[in-house]
Amino acid sequence: MSLELPSGLPLNAHVPADSFYELLRSHSLQPQWELSEGSAQSLAAPEATTVLALRYAEGVVMVGDRRATEGHSIAHRRIQKVYPADDYSAVAIAGTAGLAMEMVKLFQTELEHYEKLEGARLSLEGKANHLARMVRQQLPMAFQGLVVVPLFCGFDEVANEGRLYTYDVVGGRYEEEDFAASGSGGREAKAFLRSVYSEGASAGDALRNAIAAITAAAEQDTATGGPDLRREIYPTAVVVNDSGYNEVDDAHVAELSQSVLEEQS
Amino acid sequence: MTMPFYVPPEQLMKDRAEFAQKGIAKGRSIVAAEYADGVVMLAENSSRALNKIGELYDQMAFAGVGKYNEFEALRVAGIRHADLKGYSYGRADVAAKSLANAYSQTLGAIFTESVKPYEIEILIVEIGPSPDDTRLFRVRYDGTLVDEARFCAIGGQEDELSAQLENRYQAGSSLNDAIKFTAETFEAVEDKSIGPEDWEAAVLDRTNGRRMFRRLSADEITAARS
Repeated sequence: MSLELPSGLPLNAHVPADSFYELLRSHSLQPQWELSEGSAQSLAAPEATTVLALRYAEGVVMVGDRRATEGHSIAHRRIQKVYPADDYSAVAIAGTAGLAMEMVKLFQTELEHYEKLEGARLSLEGKANHLARMVRQQLPMAFQGLVVVPLFCGFDEVANEGRLYTYDVVGGRYEEEDFAASGSGGREAKAFLRSVYSEGASAGDALRNAIAAITAAAEQDTATGGPDLRREIYPTAVVVNDSGYNEVDDAHVAELSQSVLEEQS
Repeated sequence: MTMPFYVPPEQLMKDRAEFAQKGIAKGRSIVAAEYADGVVMLAENSSRALNKIGELYDQMAFAGVGKYNEFEALRVAGIRHADLKGYSYGRADVAAKSLANAYSQTLGAIFTESVKPYEIEILIVEIGPSPDDTRLFRVRYDGTLVDEARFCAIGGQEDELSAQLENRYQAGSSLNDAIKFTAETFEAVEDKSIGPEDWEAAVLDRTNGRRMFRRLSADEITAARS
């Protein structure tokens, strides 16, 4: 029985209890697109480039550069690509920036919505699966060339360890044991991480390696923005461990970036 | 053919109100009280799983007394309303006033239109950057909306609790003191001592970051009262 009242309080019982997406759909507010074939090919939407994450002894470090590109030019110098998903997980975006940011916002709302209704957080596996479904929903856009490929990491409160997931364009979800990268500079970043990665590294080492990998990727890939000392733009870095999602202080990232630049030059 | 008896509308409303009041009077109460950094909400509830107090949004909380299934449906509806609004516009656009109005409209409509009125009473608590921004909206079973200040008691023993709180309430107290005087008020009204496991307590605290709602554990309540 529907109890939809003029006040707008959604009391309707047919919507599955804990899904924010279904709630949006019942109000026809969900992100949706009806495109004719090839219609997005001529679009030049900003692209978010390189993000990466690596596991260390107590959790996961996730880092993203700050650049968005539009064709061969720089669209934005200071966009944020690494976001908190909830108190114990983080998501990083690569691909079409506008769609990816909307996806993150919906993902954050969905996790918080579930947590408030159920009185408990989704399991890390549950969050990762949900994100896979959201990527899959973007498939019609991916065929148009507007691709979103996120990275997801979090602290598994049951297994008591940090875990890391990558996705492919059709919503495939893969758990990674060591490190992962996505976006245009992802290949270079992974090559760098492969040479320095060691299992059970400390948080400090992992963070330094992550920033060094972004810097190395920026050396090769024009779409990746390395640390910019002149404008004081540095990568975004977060650490997810048993204390939850923690953003690394900007000053600390700046310090690390400078020492990495000196070492690599 | 049978003809329904004519019932005067006055009588109909009176019967419905009496029915709802009776249901609410059976339930245990909830007290919300302002303290220096926010609002503390306290209820006697031995169930760990079925909560009477819950998070609505960043700066907003919900408390309900009466029939669990009925106020739970309203809690869910409130979270949906708030999350939809926050997602469609911005987080800062979700305000207790509009939510309290929606609750008031909904309960009013249920009271007059449905077969049975809801046997509940709810409280919407909101805090803001300064103590002046604190709002305590209470919505009765018939949709009556009241804007309270400093403290508020709902449920079966609301009159006794309010009378006691009038003497015990201290403005600008610390969280520990606020827990102390609200818990003592409960014990004075019920004339028995209540164990730490039998409290359900939560705070909305300005110092908690974006999501200001936090549940208090039995240990925290014990520590605060010692």
